[in-house]
Amino acid sequence: MREEVRTIVNRYGKDRAFLVSILQDIQARYNYLPKDILLEVAEELHISPSLIFSVTTFYKAFSLTPRGKHIVSVCLGTACHVRGAPKILDTLERTLAIKPGQTTKNNQFTLETVNCVGACAVGPIIIMDGEYHGQMTLSKAGSVIGSVKAKEGTCS
Amino acid sequence: MKRIAGVKELLALQKQLKQARDPHKQVITICGGTGCRGLGCMQVTEALEAELKKHNLTEKVAVRVTGCPGFCEKGPLLTVHPGSIFYKKVNAGDVSDIILKTVLQGEIIERLLYQDPLTAKTIVNEQEVPFYKKQRRILLNTNDLIDPTKLEDYLAIGGYTALATALFKMTPEDIIREVKQAGLRGRGGGGFPTGTKWEQCQAAHGTEKYLIGNGDEGDPGAFMDRGIMEGNPHGIVEGMIIGAYAVGSHKGYLYVRNEYPLAIKHLGIALESAREAGLLGENILGSGFTFDIKINRGGGAFICGESSALFASIEGRSGEPRDKYIHAVEKGLWDKPTVLNNVETWANIPLIINQGAAWYSSIGTEKSKGTKIFSLVGKINNTGLVEVPMGMKLREIIYDIGGGIPNGRKFKAVQTGGPSGGCIPESLLDLPVDYDALYEAGSMMGSGGMIVMDDRSCMVDVAKYFITFLQEESCGKCVPCREGLLRMGEIFAGICEGRGTEGDIELLESMSAAIIDGALCALGSTAPNPVLSTIRYFRDEYEAHIKDKKCPAGVCKALIQYSIVAEECKKCGACKKVCPSEAIAGEPKQVHTIDPLKCIKCGACFEACQFDAVSIT
Repeated sequence: MREEVRTIVNRYGKDRAFLVSILQDIQARYNYLPKDILLEVAEELHISPSLIFSVTTFYKAFSLTPRGKHIVSVCLGTACHVRGAPKILDTLERTLAIKPGQTTKNNQFTLETVNCVGACAVGPIIIMDGEYHGQMTLSKAGSVIGSVKAKEGTCS
Repeated sequence: MKRIAGVKELLALQKQLKQARDPHKQVITICGGTGCRGLGCMQVTEALEAELKKHNLTEKVAVRVTGCPGFCEKGPLLTVHPGSIFYKKVNAGDVSDIILKTVLQGEIIERLLYQDPLTAKTIVNEQEVPFYKKQRRILLNTNDLIDPTKLEDYLAIGGYTALATALFKMTPEDIIREVKQAGLRGRGGGGFPTGTKWEQCQAAHGTEKYLIGNGDEGDPGAFMDRGIMEGNPHGIVEGMIIGAYAVGSHKGYLYVRNEYPLAIKHLGIALESAREAGLLGENILGSGFTFDIKINRGGGAFICGESSALFASIEGRSGEPRDKYIHAVEKGLWDKPTVLNNVETWANIPLIINQGAAWYSSIGTEKSKGTKIFSLVGKINNTGLVEVPMGMKLREIIYDIGGGIPNGRKFKAVQTGGPSGGCIPESLLDLPVDYDALYEAGSMMGSGGMIVMDDRSCMVDVAKYFITFLQEESCGKCVPCREGLLRMGEIFAGICEGRGTEGDIELLESMSAAIIDGALCALGSTAPNPVLSTIRYFRDEYEAHIKDKKCPAGVCKALIQYSIVAEECKKCGACKKVCPSEAIAGEPKQVHTIDPLKCIKCGACFEACQFDAVSIT
C-alpha cells in the first residue's frame, strides 16, 4: 500500500461516503486514476474493484488514462454555447490537432469539455490548468495555448 | 476563534466586532468571485496590497475581498467606502490612480465609473446603477459586506443570531410553523414547500435523520448557488443548523460540484471556523444540541443534482436515481429520513427566523414568496446575478435590470429552467416570474438560469444543444431517457445538417410525449421541454431548416455560407490574416473574397472583421 493512497483515504476517515472525493484527490495527485491505485483504494475501503470501476466510469470528471501536462477545458454551458463556445472548441481542436478527451502526442495538452463552470456571465470561458480565462474569442483562445507553449518552449 | 459558550457571549462578541468596524475607516472591497477571477481580479488585489504598502496605508485602509456582488459583466468590480464609489473593469494598472486620487484625495476617477448606456451619464454610487436599482437583494447584499473566509465578518453583521433565536427561544415546531407561514418553496427548481418537507421528515420514524445542502448546481448557464456558496457560506451553514434542530438531525452533508473549487474552499473554511467557535458540532452554543456537516464533492455528473441520485453518490455509488414513490423524507440517504434542500433555500432560513414569516411572505406573489436569484446571461448587456422579488415581469428583468440586447440586435427568446425548462418568446415577456406562471408557459423556474437569446441564436440549435447535453448526462438506467434522447439527438443532427425530412417535427413531438410518460426521473421526464417549447413558439425556424435547408439565425454550420460584402469591405486584410484554411483571397487594398470550397466555417473572419463586412447567409 502506497503511503500517499493511505493518507488520502484516511483524510476521509476511510468512509465510503467520500469515495468520489477520494477519487478526486487521487486524480489530482496522479493526474488520472491508475488501475493499481484503484485496486488499493478498493482494498482499503473494503469494497469490490467492480464498484470502484463502475463509479469511475460513471462520473465524467474521472480519467482512466494518463492526461497531458496541461489540461485545457472548454466550458459548454448554455450561456457559453449561445456566445460561441462551439467555435472556440473547434479552434482548439484544430490548434492542438486533437478531439475532446484526447491528449497531444507529446503529452503536453489534454483537451476536455465541461458542462458549465458557473462563470456564465463572463462566457465563453476556457480553463487552462485551473485558471479561468473569460470573455474568450477565437484569437484569444489561440494565445492562451500559445503562451503555455512559449513557456514550455515546445511546439505542437 | 475562542469557543462561544452561549447566547450572551455570542451577542457580546457580535457587538464588539460590529463596533470594531469603524464606518469612517476607508475600506476597498473587491469582488473575488470566480467570474471576476476569470477577468483578473486577483492581480488587482495583489497590486492594491502592494500599493497600499508602498504608501504606508495598510493600517489606515482595509482591503476586503468579497464574494460576487453580481455585476459580472463589468468585472473586476471594486468599491471604495465610505461613499460607495463604484469602479468597474478595473485592472492592475488602475490601482495606483485609485490610491493616489480616490483614497488619498477623495477624487473620483471618471473613466472607471459605470456609464448608463441610455443617458450616457456616469454613475458614482453602486446603488444608483440601474442594474442594482430594481433588485431586491435580501440574500446577495450580504456578499458585499463580508469577507466570506472570515467568521468575524459574518458575526459583525449579526450572523448566527437566527441560530441563537431558534435554539433558545423556539421549539422545532415553532420553526417549522414559521418556515411554512413564510411560504418558502424549494429554490432548486421543484418549488416544493420547504416547511412541509421539514414537517414530514420530523414526523418520520427513526432517530437517525440526515440533512443535505444541495450545491450540485448542474444547470448549465446558472451560477446563483455558486454566488452564495462562495460569497456567504455561513448563511447556508446557519440555515442548515436551524433546519437540523427543527427536524431532529445530527448529521448533514453539503454536496458541492467539483467544478466549483472556490465554493468548496469557502464552505470548508466556514465549517471549520464555525466548529471552532462552538456554532457547529457538539453542544452548539451550550444548548445541548449537536449537529455537524461534512462536504461531499461531486464527480461531474449532472444527474447528481437529483435527490435520489445525489443520495446514491454520497453512498459511494454511481448516481442513478430511483423511483419517487419512495419519499426522501421517509427513506432518503442510507434509507433514513432525509431533508434535502438547495443551498439557496438554506440561505433563506436565517432571514425568515430573524425577520419573521410575515415580513418574508410580504415579498413576492400569492404562491411564490420571497426573492429569487437569477443568473442573467447570454446575449444581454448586463450579465450577472440578479435578485428580484418573485412576480417581477421578465421584461423588467431583461430590459430594466439587464439593459436589453447588445449591439442593437433583436431579442428572440429567454431560456429559463435549465435543460428541464423551455424557451419563452417576446410575446410572453410580461409574464411574472413565479413557479406557476413559468410552468404554464411551458418552461419552469428551475434553479434560476435565465439565458437570453437574440436573432443570431438558432432555436433548433438550442433545442439540439439541450438534447445532446441530456443524452450525455442520462444515467442510462431507464430506456425512454437513454434511447429516446439518443434518437431525438439523431433527428436533431439531421435537421441541423440539412437532412431533415417532412414529419420530423411530429416525430419529435410524439417521442417527447413518450419520454415524458415513461422516464423514471425528472431528468428524463422534463428533457423534452426545450424541444416542445421551441416547436411551440418557433416552429417556423424548424420548418426553415427542414424545408428550405436554411438556418435563419446563421448558426447551423451545414446550412450557412460565409461571404464578404464587397461594398462594406475596407480591404484591410484582417480576415485573410486569421483564416486558418487559406480560403480568403484578395491582395492588400483589394476587396477580399471567400472561397466556399476551402471555407471551414470557423467564424474567425467574422470575429476579426471590424466593419461587419463578413456576412453569414
